[in-house]
Amino acid sequence: MTATQSPGAIAWTRRRTAFATGWSSFRSQRAGLVGLGVLVLIAVLALAAPLLTDQAGLDVTQATADRLEPPSMQHWLGTDENGRSVLLLTWWGARISLLVGLAATVLSVGIGTLVGILAAHFGGLTSAALMRVTDFFLVVPSLVLAIALSTVLARGLGTIVLAIGLTAWPTTARLVRAQTLAVEARPYIERAKALGAGHGHLIGSHVLPGVLPLVFANTTLAVASAVIAESTLSFLGLGDPTLVSWGAMLKSAMDTGAVTGGAWWYLLPPGLGIVTVVLAFTLCGRALETVLNPRLRGSR
Amino acid sequence: MGDAPDTEGRSGGGLARYVVSKLGGALTSLLLVILLGFFLFRVLPGDPVQTMTRGRAVSADQIAELRERFGLDLPLWQQFVDYLFGVLRGDLGVSYFYSRPVSDLIAERFWPTVLLAGTSTVLAVLLGIWLGTRSAWRHGSRFDRTATGVSLTLWSVPTFWLGLIMLMVFGVGVGPIPGMFPTGGITSPDTPPGLLPYVLDVAHHLVLPCITMVAVIFAQYQMVMRSSLLEEMGADYLTTARAKGLRDDLVRRRHAVPNAMLPTVTLIFLHLGLVVSGAIMVETVFSWPGLGLLTYQALDVPDLPLLQGTFIVLAGAVVAMNLIADLLYRFLDPRVRAS
Repeated sequence: MTATQSPGAIAWTRRRTAFATGWSSFRSQRAGLVGLGVLVLIAVLALAAPLLTDQAGLDVTQATADRLEPPSMQHWLGTDENGRSVLLLTWWGARISLLVGLAATVLSVGIGTLVGILAAHFGGLTSAALMRVTDFFLVVPSLVLAIALSTVLARGLGTIVLAIGLTAWPTTARLVRAQTLAVEARPYIERAKALGAGHGHLIGSHVLPGVLPLVFANTTLAVASAVIAESTLSFLGLGDPTLVSWGAMLKSAMDTGAVTGGAWWYLLPPGLGIVTVVLAFTLCGRALETVLNPRLRGSR
Repeated sequence: MGDAPDTEGRSGGGLARYVVSKLGGALTSLLLVILLGFFLFRVLPGDPVQTMTRGRAVSADQIAELRERFGLDLPLWQQFVDYLFGVLRGDLGVSYFYSRPVSDLIAERFWPTVLLAGTSTVLAVLLGIWLGTRSAWRHGSRFDRTATGVSLTLWSVPTFWLGLIMLMVFGVGVGPIPGMFPTGGITSPDTPPGLLPYVLDVAHHLVLPCITMVAVIFAQYQMVMRSSLLEEMGADYLTTARAKGLRDDLVRRRHAVPNAMLPTVTLIFLHLGLVVSGAIMVETVFSWPGLGLLTYQALDVPDLPLLQGTFIVLAGAVVAMNLIADLLYRFLDPRVRAS
């Protein structure tokens, strides 16, 4: 059966089998499955917000209810300082929080993977220089750096994404570098080199497929910290003031006396939203790590 | 930690070479921090004066005056040289908002942060080591699963949100719960004179911010302690100790735990950066007059010289802590020394 298949088809079949094994191994992890289920639910709700709710409710000038009204039949989660429904704000806030979290993760994982692979593949002076920079970014407290970046750049979504992305990549870089070194020590890489494979081919067809599963597991964990980072920066007032995110909601809750007024209905929903999303991503990430790292799969 | 120490240690240069290489690394990082401080706050904004006066009506004369005061009318290289020598002398410039030297402001706010972060770290380490040890020694038990679940959940909680909740429930009071703790600051205005009332007052103010920080940071110590004790538990020397007939808790306390403590001890220093970040949030929520609150207040203006100063001090402190962690690791673990 192998004789008639093209190399591409063989590789494809092999990857599909690997994926199927991985999936069945993931399925056996209850916590990971719960996390995945919660994530799918939240993603569907966030995407469906424009279909199920009316965005006009976010407009301060159109709010009719009283300020900081406790939960009632009309407003299930009460109202904010402008008389807007907290439920609606939390629902729409999920969109911004998730969007920023995902975009920042793509940026940071992208930078980290690139730096890690280049450092491991080229070695020598390139590696020394890149790892020096990585170590530096690893050492400097990322929140402090992110605060500095978002102060000097124009305030907005893009700046927040940039600030988180530029400060969160070093852990990925170290991980990818270690994994690339392990992959490159394997004999088939040497064979490819002997056959005259260039850097591009080696990295693209051999190193990357070996490193990507680990990157993927790392990504889910990175989203968790990016969502926290987004809420933190928004809470400090560095986000886009015109957009509703969970962190921005908590900032206005603090600034407008919801805390001292005991308006728990304004504090709980955005906070629980963050905790749920972060916990779900963390559970997924840990389950994925167990699937991909056989050492963790043992009896422990 | 890193793989760099292994390769450097293997060459057999000994302790001196290790210390020199780590010292060199830390100095490079410090230099990069100083460089970044300059470029981030003076070059990136394009016109720092415009960033600082954003959204305010300022006359052309005032702008020219500000420009002269911050030396922005000088050529860039001149600004850099002035800045570099200033930082080396401990002169971090003058705050735009307070019109006072940044280094004085930082010195005033330094000790409250050390008190808060220090107390929280000590408590979090004790709690983490205790929980981690118990979890690992009976891994898979209900205690282990509960402890791991709780710390994973708390790890997912944003520090500032937990602070807001604590503030509302135990500071302001909700429903039947009365407000038991002060809602902000480090002292009350009506404290009777004397050292003991003062200490008690500060301690009273410290309770809520401290609990908030401990809740968020203890998890990492628990996780590391748990996994490093699990690594040790298969080791032969523990079997030997048990075969000698030593009691189980003695095997744990005398043999397993001391060996498993190593990663935790160095982690304390490595994670002080995280503690600093946590302190920014906690201090903001509880108006604790430390470096974090100073940073937050500077964000609103924005007071670029002050932000630059706190950036250099906070990042520099973390670089120093990392150096200590590296040296301590080498000193504490004979395996790293010998290999």
